[in-house]
Amino acid sequence: MTESILELRNVEKYFGDFVAVERINLEVKKGEFFTIVGPSGSGKTTMIRMLVGMDKPSRGDILMSGERVNDVPANRRPTCMVFQSLALFPHKTVGENIEFPLKLRGETKNNRKTRAIQLLEQLHLSEAYYAKKVSECSGGEKQRVALARALAFDPEILFFDEPLSALDYRLRKTLEKELKDIQRRTGKTFVYITHSLEEAMVMSDRISIMRDGRIVQIGTPDEIYNKPANSFVAQFMGEVNQFNVTRQEDARFLDTDTQDSYVGPPGADLESGILIVRPERIQILAEGEAADTEIAGTVQNQYVLGSRVQYEVKVKKRSLLVETMIGDEWNVGESVRLGWNSDQAFLLAR
Amino acid sequence: MNMPSKSYPVTDSSAERLPETKDPALKLRARKTLLWFKQPGALLSLPALFIFVAGFIGPLGLVVIYSFMPERSFAFNQLPTLENFVTIFQEGYYISYAWSVWLALVSTLILIVICWPVAYGLSRIFRRSMILTLLLVLPLFVSENVRLFGWVLTLLNHGILDGTTRTLFGWELPDMLYNAPVTVLGMVYVYLPFMLFPMSLGISMVPDACREAAFDMGATRWQVFKEVELPLAMPGIMIGCLLSFVLVLGSISEAKILGGQSIIMISHDIETAFTYAQNWPLGSALSTLLILLTAVLVIGLLSRLNLDNLLSRK
Repeated sequence: MTESILELRNVEKYFGDFVAVERINLEVKKGEFFTIVGPSGSGKTTMIRMLVGMDKPSRGDILMSGERVNDVPANRRPTCMVFQSLALFPHKTVGENIEFPLKLRGETKNNRKTRAIQLLEQLHLSEAYYAKKVSECSGGEKQRVALARALAFDPEILFFDEPLSALDYRLRKTLEKELKDIQRRTGKTFVYITHSLEEAMVMSDRISIMRDGRIVQIGTPDEIYNKPANSFVAQFMGEVNQFNVTRQEDARFLDTDTQDSYVGPPGADLESGILIVRPERIQILAEGEAADTEIAGTVQNQYVLGSRVQYEVKVKKRSLLVETMIGDEWNVGESVRLGWNSDQAFLLAR
Repeated sequence: MNMPSKSYPVTDSSAERLPETKDPALKLRARKTLLWFKQPGALLSLPALFIFVAGFIGPLGLVVIYSFMPERSFAFNQLPTLENFVTIFQEGYYISYAWSVWLALVSTLILIVICWPVAYGLSRIFRRSMILTLLLVLPLFVSENVRLFGWVLTLLNHGILDGTTRTLFGWELPDMLYNAPVTVLGMVYVYLPFMLFPMSLGISMVPDACREAAFDMGATRWQVFKEVELPLAMPGIMIGCLLSFVLVLGSISEAKILGGQSIIMISHDIETAFTYAQNWPLGSALSTLLILLTAVLVIGLLSRLNLDNLLSRK
């Protein structure tokens, strides 16, 4: 097992009476891409400010490579952060921005320039950018410059505070992959903060999900997706179908809202809870097909999502979401049979 | 639903109504002038333009014309001559110019040093608090001369300060009035707001994130100041410097009231020429040179520092 580079032990932060972050315990391993995900107000910004040294925890310890760093200010920590606003210096050129951490260390002009051009190249920016003004760069280019500046610092841990949130969808997707690629090539530890679990899934080795100042679940993207700790995590990933259920007999569960009966997931040990089925796990059954649980409904709406089609199907008083690959066509108003096998659902505590 | 059809007049239709002229170049120019007046902004600026020309450019032009008239004359329709400028260079007026520039320089430098911490506190810690701002602006409502005489009463031999120390401790304070340092004190005191407020505006333009980013990358407090805060607050500092420098250059009361006659500034010479000496052409020539000097300094400074560029950056 690789050694841990960052460790939080019972970290708490209060602002007056307000508890921003509560009893946080986590461990980040060397060379890992670790992401903290949470909705706004979940305490993730407070967390990262403590991690880089701009705020001190009210209680608990932050350890870096085994040493307690609670009282070490940001300018004496071997870490660096890419800000949400990027915080590029508008009065300096792209080159001077990247060279800034090296200049602080008293590196010679030639060394600085060589390194800056190396970094520009690494981030797919041509040498011509060296003399450009920051204001002449596009959003994506600024992003790369900010990353280059952080890499020039050569930190042991690189923090990111939602740097991609202001970019358009396509550029964000490109940069997510680039970021992951750079992390793999440099072997640095990345700690990334975002409100988008989708973004986290693409890049991370492990994800920690926060809610109201607490960690709800820590796990690999696969674990988060397939074994969410509770319905909050399950919903966070995207739209899901939820049913309030109680155990009827053996493996059967009764929907307390509609009185439908479902076959529960194998090995479920709860007596009641929320049954969750993702839209892509529900099938629209053709003639002759069968599934463990089957219910009838009427197609109400159809949305094309690209390679997939989402259907809103009315079942009694409620609507269920179903996703299929594009090509299968069901018309609005058509009566359909929905079905899923028991291992496609999971049961979570309420 | 049918949209009501409506035709809007085309802006260029004015071209047809122009009187016919033979010369196409003249025609084009006439059309351009007419179009210029058709812009709402241009038309709206006419009253201001008139006041500016009649009340500002006009008198300034008169001063320049007077400076080329023969000595001690009051008409400006005589043959131009350079004799006033010769007088200025022969009779040692350069000493007054030197004093003015020197005092303006010293006062501005002292103002920068004094105002930085105050402006920093004003914009970052007190977040431009109304009460504090009001306290700093309030003295401006009292006449400058009254405030300066307040200083005279305070610093005078047997005045408030000297009298108090004599009575309480038996200390006799040395003469404090009528010298160069006390003149500078008066200037710094009077022109403080003109440096403080632009500077504090400049400091509030420095984004917090830039400060934090520099600190995060290992910068010390001094490096944050030198590399981030100072250059980013520079437009504000420059405007403050410009205002206080120009104001001190043209000031007269501080040197007269606090400085006694120990220092003669150029503004004093100009006043004397116009009033006591009744030599308008000489006064005009002195003024013209001062305006020229100020213009060279100001334009030199502004051209080195592209304000538009600095203020519009992201």
